[in-house]
Amino acid sequence: MNRRQLIASVAALTTTSLAMPGWAQDGPLKVGFIYVGPVGDGGWTYQHDQGRLAVEEEFGDRVETTFIESVPEGADAERAITQLALAGNQLIFTTSFGFMDPTINVAAKFPDVKFEHATGYKRADNVATYDARFYEGRAVIGTIAGRMTKSNKIGYIGSFPIPEVIQGINSSFIHARKVNPDVEMRVVWAYSWFDPAKEADAAAALLAEGVDVILQHTDSTAPLAKAQEAGAIGFGQASDMAAFAPTPRVSSIIDNWAPYYIKRVGQVLDGTWTSEATWAGIGDGEVVIGDITDAVPAEVKAEAEALRDKIGAGEYHPFTGPLNKADGSVWLAEGEVASDEDLSSMNFYVEGITAEIPQ
Amino acid sequence: MIIDPIALFLLLLSASTPILFAALGELVVERAGVLNLGVEGMMITGALAGFAAAYHTGNPWLGFAAAALAGALIAMPFAVLTQFLLSNQVASGLALTLFGLGMAALFGKPVEGVKAPAMASGPLDLNWIVWLGLGMVPAIWWFLNRSRAGLILRGMGENHDAAHALGYDVRRVRIAAIAFGGAMAGIGGAFISIATVLQWTEGMTAGAGWIALAIVVFSNWTAPGVMAGAWLFGGVTVLQLRLQAAGVRVPVQLLSMAPYLATILVLVAISARQKFSRRAGSAAPGSLGQTFHALR
Repeated sequence: MNRRQLIASVAALTTTSLAMPGWAQDGPLKVGFIYVGPVGDGGWTYQHDQGRLAVEEEFGDRVETTFIESVPEGADAERAITQLALAGNQLIFTTSFGFMDPTINVAAKFPDVKFEHATGYKRADNVATYDARFYEGRAVIGTIAGRMTKSNKIGYIGSFPIPEVIQGINSSFIHARKVNPDVEMRVVWAYSWFDPAKEADAAAALLAEGVDVILQHTDSTAPLAKAQEAGAIGFGQASDMAAFAPTPRVSSIIDNWAPYYIKRVGQVLDGTWTSEATWAGIGDGEVVIGDITDAVPAEVKAEAEALRDKIGAGEYHPFTGPLNKADGSVWLAEGEVASDEDLSSMNFYVEGITAEIPQ
Repeated sequence: MIIDPIALFLLLLSASTPILFAALGELVVERAGVLNLGVEGMMITGALAGFAAAYHTGNPWLGFAAAALAGALIAMPFAVLTQFLLSNQVASGLALTLFGLGMAALFGKPVEGVKAPAMASGPLDLNWIVWLGLGMVPAIWWFLNRSRAGLILRGMGENHDAAHALGYDVRRVRIAAIAFGGAMAGIGGAFISIATVLQWTEGMTAGAGWIALAIVVFSNWTAPGVMAGAWLFGGVTVLQLRLQAAGVRVPVQLLSMAPYLATILVLVAISARQKFSRRAGSAAPGSLGQTFHALR
């Protein structure tokens, strides 16, 4: 599409929406999705697409969904989002952190289209944000990790040193140490969300260091495959990764976007949609703990499930004081709970993790 | 906080196997005078075909055989385009990469989420394919430097017109080389899906094919050089991750830069040698990337 066509279509679209305010209600509501990876990644993007399919199932003929997959973060994303907006989509979900600025830019040009950006923090009148409290799930699998390790060394494969990932490392470490005071955490950064060969190498490096439980914040099953070879255990990430159950995958953290997507599409349909920031967790069903297999002793399973239910009911926050930062300074006093602002800018490890966050 | 160098070396051998296979294959192709930028596409095709075959037959070895066959087959359109239709090799190679990535994504849907059969490992707890890769290094060195067929292939890469004038069938040899390169890339890709990840996911080769292409240049078009390059690239990755796991504070960025810095240094050294000594330094084949058209 060249620039002239683009301008023409923008003009046409604006005129249409001005001339016919009820236009959106006439046909099905068009909903677009931008994915950072392929639908078949078996992890992050796969789960977002499951959410899209749930929307279709829920609303049937009243909605029409489209998606564009494997959109690189950065300038090209703006083109893809614009394309969806020009195609008449009234609600567009952009499902990766790196789509934040492109979403804001495109939204400014299409004030009548509603946008939803995942895991970001920039909003506008027609741009809402949504995220999941993955750290709640990390608390549960951290508990399992602390109970299951025999070498007292657990490993964590991180993607990028951003707050979301650091929350996960801290949360799992805090809860592993709560049940096992001798536990140590080793962290390896892969600098990728999805690079199976490198993730396998990272897992191998951790295993060579004596780690026997691996947690991952990267999307492929390669670390599980390595864990299996070495007789270690791990957890499914983003999706269930059930092919590796009952061991090495002893449980998993599943991102379940379906309830949120259904809710928001429903709000657009009945005209109650507003721009807001949503950060949902276990209690809202957005973070789901996958089946804990029989490789985990019954009492550990019960303990993990009890923690999950307590978090879900809002009776317990994974970041509750007393907690110190890695440098020994006080972060949270006895009984104090971390604020969402603190969490969304987290750039430090808690006391007990000896590694350093790369800058 | 001491890292066992032997354990590190064993990790390195596994980590460098996919790029070693792909780069050895590309070495032979380039020595025949053909520049095939489709390595990534052939690797991903091998990764899928190998995985699917291993999954359905339950035999990883059949998987690797299927990967080699699929890699060679998908390279054939490239061979036809460049050898018969005289297309530009760079463009055709890029097309092969895009084609391979897309086709693998499409045909890979049915085997998403299933797991490959386990593979018994060989001596030193290393996969047999790792040993096969190491064995290929002297084999290819011998072929290129000591065998008659290898000398003919190299002659063709240096000057295809001369080889043609001597009565050698340039096309046939080059097509065979392209097929071999495809088979090797296919095995390299299958190593990732069958032996490393045990699952199929789209885009799982994640750029390994491009590193293989870089390594061929780094190697100065020799088999031992390819091995050194693969170990350097694989080794730095493994070392970097291993240091992190041991809790050593390393500037990750510096280590990630190291192989590329080394490549630049090697290239500088090669061109300096070329400039200051009578002996030709760079072994880049004379007809590399050029279209061959037999006029007589």
